[in-house]
Amino acid sequence: MFLTSAFQMAARQIRRHGMRSALTTLGVVIGTAAVIAMVTLGRGTTARISDEIGKIGRNLLFVAPGAPRHGAAHGRVTAFALEDARAIAREVRGLVAVAPTAMAPVLAVYGNNNWRTMLSGVDHNFLVVREWTLATGRAFQAGEERSGAAVCILGDTVRGNLFVGEEPLGRSIRVANVSCEVIGVLASRGRSTMGEDQDDLVLMPLLAVQRRIAGNQDVGAILVSAADGESTARIQEDITRLMRQRRHITGDKEDDFAVRDLKELADLAARTTGILTTLLAAIAAVSLLVGGIGIMNIMLVSVTERTREIGIRLAIGARAREILLQFLIEAVVLSAMGGVLGIGVGLGGSYLAARALELPFVIDVPIVIIAFVFSAAVGVSFGFFPARKAARLDPIVALRFE
Amino acid sequence: MIAVRAELPAPPLVELQGVDKVYGRGDAEVHALRGVDLGISAGEFVAIMGASGSGKSTCMNILGCLDVPTSGRYLFRGVDVATLTHDQRALLRRNFIGFVFQGYNLLPRTSAVENVELPLTYRGVERAERHRRALAALRDVGLEGRELHTAAELSGGQQQRVAIARAIVSGPDLLLADEPTGNLDTARSLELMRLITTLNQERGLTVIMVTHENDIAAFASRVIRFRDGAVVPGKGA
Repeated sequence: MFLTSAFQMAARQIRRHGMRSALTTLGVVIGTAAVIAMVTLGRGTTARISDEIGKIGRNLLFVAPGAPRHGAAHGRVTAFALEDARAIAREVRGLVAVAPTAMAPVLAVYGNNNWRTMLSGVDHNFLVVREWTLATGRAFQAGEERSGAAVCILGDTVRGNLFVGEEPLGRSIRVANVSCEVIGVLASRGRSTMGEDQDDLVLMPLLAVQRRIAGNQDVGAILVSAADGESTARIQEDITRLMRQRRHITGDKEDDFAVRDLKELADLAARTTGILTTLLAAIAAVSLLVGGIGIMNIMLVSVTERTREIGIRLAIGARAREILLQFLIEAVVLSAMGGVLGIGVGLGGSYLAARALELPFVIDVPIVIIAFVFSAAVGVSFGFFPARKAARLDPIVALRFE
Repeated sequence: MIAVRAELPAPPLVELQGVDKVYGRGDAEVHALRGVDLGISAGEFVAIMGASGSGKSTCMNILGCLDVPTSGRYLFRGVDVATLTHDQRALLRRNFIGFVFQGYNLLPRTSAVENVELPLTYRGVERAERHRRALAALRDVGLEGRELHTAAELSGGQQQRVAIARAIVSGPDLLLADEPTGNLDTARSLELMRLITTLNQERGLTVIMVTHENDIAAFASRVIRFRDGAVVPGKGA
């Protein structure tokens, strides 16, 4: 009963001091909005990364020379050979496809246009492991792969930069001074989570790259895709054992290659984003606390201003706890209002930001509820001190207060 | 038997027994009240007079259960107020005492009817009922048609009438008026005193009023004078 009146009194008080109430809640609005925005954008990024895992190709393992402890750029690196990839395909169980690749940075030229890009020497398995389809044209034929024919498939970015308003199929471009015919264009994949353009590449048969451009038999990396339901950990182990054997690494000598589970890497990235999200949300929560201090400040002013009113209420029989409740409810209504507004602003802002950053917009309902409860809790904790001050007033002193 | 009982003096509504009130400590000690004995029966209209610093305000605070004696006893309807907790005294004020102050003390920017409803809010009276009773109380003090005016839109005399309506809306036993006419001109003062007298006579409302104007005190049926924290012996006491 009294609670209803207390809410009505709080609402009236807040309406009466519209501007002041608005400015007071601003801190809570900003704090809540920041928490909501951080979490929403963080969840969006995580969702984007999960999506990315699918794009890279499910159950994808990446075998590269170079000790795992140093990157590929350090130490002596012994490249793989085509036979290594064949051995993996032959001897490791539970694989869908094994794609040996050889990469080289190249300049691609068509007419007056040129474009610096990455050339990948691959075979037909590459499109299988990367779960990549062609927008137009065709994949490499077995004969072209065997002979190392000068044909190429363009990533969408390369196509766009070399062929402005022109059909690329059947045209001849120069890749590192080797002339080759465009037989296909890859479907566009856009940017990866790390911001790297996945469509900026040119594919050529592995043998063509090795012979015509690299001038060696090296295979830079081997992509392996595991069948659904197979343990990537087991496959990782099998490949490691096989490669150690083939590369004559015995005893407890360190591997001079690394077998990475891309899903693991992506999971790690997702986990990292999760931690960052929590961290940013925690920092944003600090501003919510600062907002609470603003409320406490104004409530203290309000208690002083309304000392006489408190005196009247005490004289006509309000108990200390009823005065406490009245001011506490006022603080909670203020901060909860700020919370609701902040949730609105946070969701609206992150919707716009998600669109601008091309992230999925994911509303995290539990966080929205937690943010609301937290903002109300800020009102309780920061409203308590002023409310107690009001409740402890001596009615005689309060009535005489000028 | 019945006749005998009727002739017995009515038990006092409020009674002070040897009440002392001391403020401060050590050298700063101030004896506001010294051994005050006082009894006021239900239905009386008592005026308390005295110079400032005579202890009359302290006495009012104690009578109104806003303060407690340092020593001695204050019995309200036979209950020793000093034994009550803060909250119990608040409930006592809520249920039995109405206050009228010199400075009206209405809530600012709040309509007359809402001011009058306030005590009922704390008594847990339902909204519609609260409103109905507040309107009735405003009618009783002659403010029909002014219900929605705020304090700033009312004259001093009207504000004090709202204050009286607020004091009587919950049907108290005792009305404590602390210089109710202190801020009013003579005509308004007389009007207000007539209103208070009517409430005393028609409703049997016990009134204790502090004033230092003789013509205002003349409305009371008994005058008690304070000097230096004690009641001046005489016909009032």
